Amino acid sequence: MNNIPLYLREIPQVYYLYLATALFTIGVIGVLVRRNALIIFMCIELMLNAVNLLLASFAAYRNDAAGQVFVFFIMAVAAAEVAVGLAIIVMIHRTTRSVDVGLLKSLKW
Amino acid sequence: MENLLLALLIPLLPLLGFAINGIGFKQLPKTLAGVLGTLTVFSSFLLTLVLFGYVLTEKADYSLVKAYDWITITDAIKISFSYQIDKLSIVMMLLVTGVGTLIHLYSMGYMSHDKGMGKFFAFLNLFIFSMLVLVMGSDYVTMFIGWEGVGLCSFLLIGFWNQNREYNAAAQKAFVMNRIGDLGFLVAIFLIFQHFGTTSIMDVAFKANTEFKFSDPAIFWITICLFIGAMGKSAQIPLYTWLPDAMAGPTPVSALIHAATMVTAGIYMVVRSHVLFSLAPETLEIIAWIGCATAVFAASIGLFQNDIKKVLAYSTVSQLGFMFMALGVAAFSTGMFHVLTHAFFKALLFLGAGSVIHAMSNEQDIRKMGGLWKKLPITFWTFLIGTIAISGIPPFAGFFSKDEILAHLYGHNKPIWIAAMVASFMTSFYMFRLLFLTFFGTFRGTEEQKHHLHESPFTMTLPLILLAVLSMVGGFMGLPAVFAEHHILSDFLGKSAGVVAGHHMDDSTELMLMGISVGIAVVALALAFFRYGSGKNIPVADEVMTNPVTKVIYNKYYVDELYGFIIIKPLHVLGDIAMLVIEYLVIDLIVNFIALSSRVAGLGMRKMQTGSIGFYMFAMVIGMVLFLAYFSLASN
Repeated sequence: MNNIPLYLREIPQVYYLYLATALFTIGVIGVLVRRNALIIFMCIELMLNAVNLLLASFAAYRNDAAGQVFVFFIMAVAAAEVAVGLAIIVMIHRTTRSVDVGLLKSLKW
Repeated sequence: MENLLLALLIPLLPLLGFAINGIGFKQLPKTLAGVLGTLTVFSSFLLTLVLFGYVLTEKADYSLVKAYDWITITDAIKISFSYQIDKLSIVMMLLVTGVGTLIHLYSMGYMSHDKGMGKFFAFLNLFIFSMLVLVMGSDYVTMFIGWEGVGLCSFLLIGFWNQNREYNAAAQKAFVMNRIGDLGFLVAIFLIFQHFGTTSIMDVAFKANTEFKFSDPAIFWITICLFIGAMGKSAQIPLYTWLPDAMAGPTPVSALIHAATMVTAGIYMVVRSHVLFSLAPETLEIIAWIGCATAVFAASIGLFQNDIKKVLAYSTVSQLGFMFMALGVAAFSTGMFHVLTHAFFKALLFLGAGSVIHAMSNEQDIRKMGGLWKKLPITFWTFLIGTIAISGIPPFAGFFSKDEILAHLYGHNKPIWIAAMVASFMTSFYMFRLLFLTFFGTFRGTEEQKHHLHESPFTMTLPLILLAVLSMVGGFMGLPAVFAEHHILSDFLGKSAGVVAGHHMDDSTELMLMGISVGIAVVALALAFFRYGSGKNIPVADEVMTNPVTKVIYNKYYVDELYGFIIIKPLHVLGDIAMLVIEYLVIDLIVNFIALSSRVAGLGMRKMQTGSIGFYMFAMVIGMVLFLAYFSLASN
């Protein structure tokens, strides 16, 4: 933290919180509203990255490396999840010839 | 001391027979089951003889053989399961095992065609076990175990042919009426415990003699309750209707249980508690009158019955009334004497009836019999001996015991004596009526039955002969004072059955009484012979009976119908109310409501499964929001 220049440290930390919150909320709304499966995945990634940003900012401003370590974990998990998720989307595409999640309604009561 | 340990073995052998036959009756061949069942009881009889030899030489009044400490609750209640061997119990044990052996032997022949024969012997052995526990028990509670056990075995054996609903009903009736009596016995046990602090028979007797005065109300209630128990078991008014119905069971059952042993349990119990009863003169008065009423009432019904076993059943109820009359005038050993002689000739009569039924291919209506004396000689002669014995004609057994009862009654209470004379007259009459209608005259059955008529096999006739011999000589153990110096039985029983308040009658009165009783018995015989001897005056068929008096008596004075109206119908109504109100309206409503509500909830909840992923994710987000809100608020 001491390596970070002074003028950067003058940015109040709470601005990072606002940014991360905004990004997260956009991600959530995107997941709920969009119908294209790939866009939904991108919004999920957006949520994850918002959290990453927040964690990194906390690590910087509090001089605690644990935040950055957790960021690495999240990135690894995100990568794995994307791999599996894309595989599922490929399978869905093979059966329904589309990536519209509105078509997947067979488990209705 | 080893002799006393025998006492433990005597009831256990029949129990073992019950276990083996009960578990293996499907696998064991029938004859083996029968032989096994008979051998266990016969070995018990031999052991009892050994014990009898011991009792003869023993100086003490009684010996206790303890099996184990049974109920111990601190120092307040100490009940041990132990047997009391004294003169009274050894006499009963000899009776139970001796007559029991003969009846087991008879059953080997009688039940040989029945596929449940092994089961039959198992139940019979269980009965012998229970009866032995009853007579050997040194404690009222131990006696009660045997008491209940014989009631159970009576139920099992009456309803032995359990495919027939009427037999099941008869068995149930016997059991329920027994239970009503048992309630009295239980209350008596509770009262005994309350007043004496112990239920051991000897301790109670000792305390009663020392601490309680004559005619104490506590003793009165105890003895009344004990007598209620005896009423149920020994078929006195009003709890007697089960015994005629119990004839639904196989004939050896009727002979063993409802003639010789179980029904005498009530009398045995009263004699055992003679100390208590001697202190309650009001109870003795009640016992005498109830015995009297039962004797006359049952004898009157027996006059008109047409089923060979029913006549004998009512005869049993009547003779039990005689025994209770004896007890009612505190002639306890006389009552025991009549128990013994009655066991001999009544078992003989029942087994003889079984022999007749067996020969007649299961026909029991005497209107369809007749002229059997030529085809069934042994049965006829033994049945004749039994009939003469029960009518009280000397020198056979029944004369001595019945006459002793009559003498005691004359000394105490003349009206009862007159009623007893009437009952004796009726007894002689209906027994000879039975004999003449069954064995004399011409055969009135079908051709097929006539074809099958044959004398019974040896296993059945041997017991008949042995019992006939006993009926002839059994009376000599109780010769009255006018003939002999010593009354063997009452001298033997001595203190164990209470000192008989000797009837201080001079010889001439006694001879006169004897003459009167023999005279009326012979007159009854003559009347019966006159009316039925030559095969005329056969009783009419049921449908044709028009004489109203005959009809009422033939239908047992409609007592069963009366009980049905007063007791059974209200119980049925109560049961119906319980069913309609409590079962249908309350319980079903609650249970069905629970089921219905879970179904309705399920119907509602399933609408949440819309299948659309967007909705699921929305639900997830809402859930997360709520969760986080709760946490942030809770931590504040």
